[in-house]
Amino acid sequence: MGKKVALTGNEAAAHAIRQINPDVVAAFPITPSTPIPQGVAQFIADGQMDTEFVTVESEHSAMSACVGASAAGGRVMTATSANGYALMWEILYIASGTRLPIVMAVAARALSAPLNIHGDHSDIMGGRDTGWIQLIAENSQETYDNLIQAVKIAENKKVMTPALGAFDGFNISHAIEIWEMEDDAKVKEFVGEYEPLYPLLKTDEPITHGAWAPPNWYFENRMNQLEGLLNAKDVVADVGKEFGKAFGREYGLYEAYKMDDAEFTIVAAGSVCGTTKDVVDKLRENGVKAGLLKIRLFRPFPYKELADVLSGTKAIAVLDRVSPAGAQGGPLFTEIRSALYDVNNRPPVINYTYGLGGRDTQPVHINSVYDTLKKIVDTGRVEKQFDCLNLRGTWG
Amino acid sequence: MSEKLLNWDEILIGGAIKDPGNSKSYETGSWRVERPVWNPESCIQCMFCWVYCPDSSILVDENGKMAGIDYDHCKGCGICVEQCPTKPKSLAMLLEAEAKGKSEEEIRKEAFSK
Ligand code: SF4
Ligand code: SF4
Repeated sequence: MGKKVALTGNEAAAHAIRQINPDVVAAFPITPSTPIPQGVAQFIADGQMDTEFVTVESEHSAMSACVGASAAGGRVMTATSANGYALMWEILYIASGTRLPIVMAVAARALSAPLNIHGDHSDIMGGRDTGWIQLIAENSQETYDNLIQAVKIAENKKVMTPALGAFDGFNISHAIEIWEMEDDAKVKEFVGEYEPLYPLLKTDEPITHGAWAPPNWYFENRMNQLEGLLNAKDVVADVGKEFGKAFGREYGLYEAYKMDDAEFTIVAAGSVCGTTKDVVDKLRENGVKAGLLKIRLFRPFPYKELADVLSGTKAIAVLDRVSPAGAQGGPLFTEIRSALYDVNNRPPVINYTYGLGGRDTQPVHINSVYDTLKKIVDTGRVEKQFDCLNLRGTWG
Repeated sequence: MSEKLLNWDEILIGGAIKDPGNSKSYETGSWRVERPVWNPESCIQCMFCWVYCPDSSILVDENGKMAGIDYDHCKGCGICVEQCPTKPKSLAMLLEAEAKGKSEEEIRKEAFSK
């Protein structure tokens, strides 16, 4: 039986790594994810796991060491945030292009400048096209559960693609919550033994990784890689069900919260979903048909499934915890809007940027979003396609 | 040089290669601007060039002796020339343009007359 614990999101990630007990962890400290490698190092020092911990001089080296260890045939994990994730950039593509099922915990954080160490999605959203599977957690429980599932998803032979489990820096990484930690043995059984496909260390079957692909080979490799990433969608659903059977908490590609008859819908990812659920409950008490579509799997993006859930609703607000950076809206907005393009009688979709650099997002702000959606439905008019939540001054 | 070009769903994942050494089938000699020219008369068979060549382009005969340059793969970096202990007697660089259309003997003459 698992047990209830009161620990931070970072500790949830560290315990997941302890129970998975990978062959190698190579990591470099960066706020807010530092307590993860710190916790892992402590577990190793205390003899609670026998992972080879590789200390490195940067995140670029951390991911490079992960690539080497994974190509050698090991089960490999790491953790990072923000600028550390950005420094890994080059190697993130190499990990996914080489089809190495590395699993990484990301305590999502704002990118400099200006320097800010607090939570938002600038890092993971910037890396959305690096070819990694991206799972986003709402709370500590999901942080823990997602990392355990991520190992199984990434290592699936049809997938063989690295995966990250993201959770909001500080909101989750440093907040103490009560969550359920499963038995070590049960987690070990769930993730199973890792059997690498083409390990370098199997010297009687020599293999080359990281070779050059000239113009007459590169394209085929990239599309072969894409198939693996796309295969992850069904595997995420299967592993989510399997996890439910093993531990009683089932997961899908997304969470549809009170969406059955929802007229006013927020689409969001991460810890803001907890606040939004509270607001939805209150609105429902007052007879307002509010709903939340929580994104769990962002890459590969399950656009058909999400469009299905959203097709019955009357107005949608997508919350992005990142600047649109010159696009029509945030990344979640543009993808949701694109997914809805093929839906008959598609509802109006508006976009908010919120929570940048750790800016607080409270029920009053979420309430204002539902008010705006209600107004759009009442008047049939969208006054602002893009706006900001809790920003000083009027935008646009 | 014949390689079977496979479709995207026929290749090994991750660009992995199961037949190591297949870079031999990819000729890179045409990248060269200058070529190293070997003079067997003064070569002392130290094999330094073989050790240093980054492209495995120093040919070795069945007795383990330096036997010339593999011009199908040599990229003309000049490292072998630089580190040859008999420099400039046993290896010298010559512009491809100057080697064009000439016999081996003429080329050697051209390279070592300077
Ligand atoms: S020029 Fe460079 S590539 Fe060519 S044989 Fe000499 S060392 Fe090798
Ligand atoms: S380095 Fe010079 S002397 Fe030595 S084997 Fe090569 S060509 Fe001959």
